[in-house]
Amino acid sequence: MSIAIAKSLDLKGLSCPMPIVKTAQAIKELLSGELIEALATDPGSVPDFTAWCRATGNELVEQTAEAGVYRFLIRKR
Amino acid sequence: MTELQEETTSYAMEETAPDKLVIFAWSGDLDRMWPTLILATTGAAMGMQTTVFFTFWGLFPLVKNDVRITGENWMQKMLSTFNRGGTEHLKLSKMQFLGAGPAMMKKLATEHKVASPTELLETARDMGVRLVPCQMTMDLLGLTGDDLIQGLEDPAGATSALLEAKDAVTLFI
Repeated sequence: MSIAIAKSLDLKGLSCPMPIVKTAQAIKELLSGELIEALATDPGSVPDFTAWCRATGNELVEQTAEAGVYRFLIRKR
Repeated sequence: MTELQEETTSYAMEETAPDKLVIFAWSGDLDRMWPTLILATTGAAMGMQTTVFFTFWGLFPLVKNDVRITGENWMQKMLSTFNRGGTEHLKLSKMQFLGAGPAMMKKLATEHKVASPTELLETARDMGVRLVPCQMTMDLLGLTGDDLIQGLEDPAGATSALLEAKDAVTLFI
């Protein structure tokens, strides 16, 4: 029952605050309930994406790390 | 009050915590303006209604990068000669080393893909951060609306700034 990802963002290499800023800008284009995928390499993005989702009410559906790349799957509120 | 009620109350308080951010940017130093702009863009990204008041030396970064001398009288002109405005010309509060410090900092920032103050200021503006120049400082330094970048709010004073800050998370950087 996988739902298609509406948008994927390559934020690899970017430092704070741009991964969050670019995600916030991109999620505006989405409809409520749609999924956005963010790929980042900044280790600080792990706590920051959690905090951002808590602050904005968007849902952090999935969070994984592989070979230094952090993947966040977020459902727009 | 029962424990349960107390918990409910504190939870409710958290939910009604200010969703506004007001930053007083009084310094034009690179190492203060940079975090100011990082926090402003982040506040906007978090959905906070974000305002930055630029006052005293903090006003110089709003000067257009290609404007060299500002001011109407010789004192104001001299001031801008030794303290050039614009986000491309910010100095470090320490380790300035006649410009070598900021040059090294910018090189490191490029290598680590940290957004520049110029990029962050543009991003802040695009995200709807209210950028408010202080009217009194503009008069003091002889800065006109034409000297400053586009897309700023109308200049305002301390009263407007404090009113905006009343129910906001407030930072003085």
